Amino acid sequence: MKLELQGISKAFGSFYANEDIDLVVEEGQIHCLLGENGAGKSTLMNVLYGLYEPTAGRILVDGKPVAFRGPGDAMAAGIGMVHQHFMLVPVFTVAENVALGAESTKAGGFLDLEVTRRKIREISDKYGFDVDPDALVEDLPVGVQQRVEIIKALVRNAEVLILDEPTAVLTPQETDELLDIMRQLKANGTSIVFISHKLREVKAVSDVITVIRRGRVVGDAAPDAETTELASMMVGRAVKLTMDKDPANPGEATFKVKNLTVTSATGQRVVDDLSFEIRRGEILAIAGVQGNGQTELTEAILGIQDRVAGSITLEGRELLGRSVKQILGAGIGFVPEDRTVDGLVSDFSIAENLVLDLYDKAPFAKGISMRPAEVAKNAAARVAEFDVRTPSADNLASSLSGGNQQKVVMARELSRPLRLFIASQPTRGVDVGSIEFLHRRILAERDGGTPVMIVSTELDEVLQLADRIAVLYKGRLIGIVDAGTPRDVLGLMMAGVAPTEAEKAHQDTPDDLEGEIA
Amino acid sequence: MSAPAPTLSATSPVLAPVAWKTPIMLSAIGLLSLVFFGFNGSDQSATFGISTGGDVFTLPDLVVPGIATGIVLGLGMCVLAGYSIFLAREHRPTPGWVPVVFAALFIFAFLVWVVSGARTPQISLAGLIAGSVTLAVPLVFGSLSGVLCERAGVVNIAIEGQLLGGAFSAAIIASVTGSPMLGLLAAAVAGALVSVVLAIFSIKYVVNQIIVGVVLNVLVSGITGFLFTTVMQSDPELYNSPGRLSVIEIPVLSAIPVIGPILFRQSIVGYLMYIAVAAVWIGLFKTRWGLRVRAVGEHPKAADTLGIKVNTTRFVNVVLGGAIAGIGGSFFTLVAIDSFTKEISGGRGFIALAAVIFGRWNPIGAFFAALLFGFADNLQSILTIIGTPVPSQFMAMLPYVVTVFAVAGLVGKSRAPAADGEPYVKG
Repeated sequence: MKLELQGISKAFGSFYANEDIDLVVEEGQIHCLLGENGAGKSTLMNVLYGLYEPTAGRILVDGKPVAFRGPGDAMAAGIGMVHQHFMLVPVFTVAENVALGAESTKAGGFLDLEVTRRKIREISDKYGFDVDPDALVEDLPVGVQQRVEIIKALVRNAEVLILDEPTAVLTPQETDELLDIMRQLKANGTSIVFISHKLREVKAVSDVITVIRRGRVVGDAAPDAETTELASMMVGRAVKLTMDKDPANPGEATFKVKNLTVTSATGQRVVDDLSFEIRRGEILAIAGVQGNGQTELTEAILGIQDRVAGSITLEGRELLGRSVKQILGAGIGFVPEDRTVDGLVSDFSIAENLVLDLYDKAPFAKGISMRPAEVAKNAAARVAEFDVRTPSADNLASSLSGGNQQKVVMARELSRPLRLFIASQPTRGVDVGSIEFLHRRILAERDGGTPVMIVSTELDEVLQLADRIAVLYKGRLIGIVDAGTPRDVLGLMMAGVAPTEAEKAHQDTPDDLEGEIA
Repeated sequence: MSAPAPTLSATSPVLAPVAWKTPIMLSAIGLLSLVFFGFNGSDQSATFGISTGGDVFTLPDLVVPGIATGIVLGLGMCVLAGYSIFLAREHRPTPGWVPVVFAALFIFAFLVWVVSGARTPQISLAGLIAGSVTLAVPLVFGSLSGVLCERAGVVNIAIEGQLLGGAFSAAIIASVTGSPMLGLLAAAVAGALVSVVLAIFSIKYVVNQIIVGVVLNVLVSGITGFLFTTVMQSDPELYNSPGRLSVIEIPVLSAIPVIGPILFRQSIVGYLMYIAVAAVWIGLFKTRWGLRVRAVGEHPKAADTLGIKVNTTRFVNVVLGGAIAGIGGSFFTLVAIDSFTKEISGGRGFIALAAVIFGRWNPIGAFFAALLFGFADNLQSILTIIGTPVPSQFMAMLPYVVTVFAVAGLVGKSRAPAADGEPYVKG
């Protein structure tokens, strides 16, 4: 099936998320849409899938124009989509999820899940998915949930499969498996639209690459194009993907975590007997796939987790059991993983957000009154220093782009003398230009002699910043390794393989396969 | 409910948290029961009648001594509490059957205590249960309405208004036409109409569902109250004498002791109740329609991406739920009493809402929850009649106390449909 988009525009109010986009997806091709977060890739696919109605333009299937009034129409035309946030009902079984919307029934509308189970087994066997039709979706690992999404599309005879940022939630190994699945699907004649901003994966699997920037197509590229060339097309200017950094000059270990265990409300150990130290002037990166205890670890340090045992000391003082305010007062700067939920009050102005944890201290407060002039002065200084792009510091934080919001959070946390800096997902959903800036600030903090802990699920970021890398898996520390550790060793560790074994497996890997991953 | 057992690793000194809530609650209630129902019990015996007049064969009455039974049951509860403490010390959760058996022992101990302490220490168990079912009928219909709405993701606070609207329409239409069956139909229509308002405002105009529901209850109460004083009381013969739906006895089966009167000696509304519970359960869990409804209530966006019309599904469910609650309302004016009075539903819509939660959003669970509340309601009226040592005002609190405890304590961590109460707006 050949799919064409002609002159597609999609406006939300006066803002154009897509403008005059042309795209041709040939049969049996993997066509990549490359672009930064917020470039309009997902909007375009939602238009294609019938979730949004285009403001202008038309869609052609095999040369014939079609109009999709809803996802049902798109599916009937042979288009399937795996959304970035899975569209699975967590309390349903795999079979129920797959059946939903296209149920096989017996007389009288009674469900016949046996038919669905059989189809799932067929597809599962064909592609080696290993999916149990009767498992509850909420009990499945993310990688398997993604396969359920793919099965959902295949059961509906999708000939064009849209994968929206499918690798964001996967380990490097799971990513490789997904890329293999994509190749198999392609060999079976399914066309794939692969949306991503990760250059490595895009180059590994695509037949054609279309780059989108600010809602417009900026051009096509071949998969063998240089990484830097793709990156500059994506960002719109030359970017340096690798950052030069000076070697760390670590001092004494001032931040120590010993036998830290955090138990969840249901009694599971989400952080299990963790011990590590961070020295002054070094960055320890906590690597791991999302949901392996990173959130609970940072929250335990900050004092917002109950059911914590063990010990956390900063310069000899025990932090466990103290209030959040005392812990922040001890000199900890904290950038939470989700800025919109924990980092900012979106209905407060930028200036107010810049003093969220300092509002009651001099010079911002005097007695019970606040001093707006000081708050404004501080805001002007921080906005300039961190290059926050906004017409005024009195604008609401919600009016900023992701990258600028993150700069505000970072500016606040770095605006006072720190004894420990923790940043969780410091550049998630941030444009490439801002990433570089934020990374430089983190390195500057390190070079100033602060112990720094970075939590990131992006291996690229970990490799770029870390002096040492600690890998978490199911709440346990798999190992702490040096910054120079190869990617696939780290990938294996993120899947729970001990460092020595991961190293061994790495050495046994033939070179050509390794080249494909890298 | 069943938390996975925490894995114990030998290296770590930390153990899983001990869940003390259940053992402490059980111990306290167990000891209090032992003291109050046992040592402080009455030296009279309590007599429980099992059979009623019309039965084919007669079972003997159950006669138990007050103090001795109280002590035995109290000790039983303490043993269960002790078992729960033992498990907690071992870092294991209390299994689900323990609170259930505990509750059964407690209810029986309480019954023996109040009955043996009464002026006439004798009640008919069969009558108690049959009466409970009767009182539970409107609650069951109301809770089915709640289940249907909430499974689709709309919180239905307006059950009270739907019951009241049904009761009023049934009364006036049956009076005017002289046909209780037409009254029954009118009740369903009235309940559905209340629901249409709820659906339009909460689904189409995305108004807060709780607020619309509360406002609807007040509105229906006001309108029916107004029409009652201006129309019905102007000529009660013409407008407020609906006549009753007759009790249909199924031959032979209705003469079985205890269960005969419950299952086979009911009005058409009573039979409809059993049919409705079964139909809603089968519909929700065994059919294509039900799968889609549940998907809409759990993850509307996922349903939307599969081509299911979220808001249409919700609209239909809310209106259907209203019609069912309306039929429940007709029970007040066509079965229980044959006339309408102001506020005749008396807050039972809210108890039905509690039954939805206690029944974990499952039609069968809601049915049994409603039965429990009906039982508490009936028990208090019977106990007031036989003259218990407890003041009647306290007995009148019983259904509500049971409701609060049932919803807060016993139900554990039940999970509402994930999108319950959240409007779905595209894009």
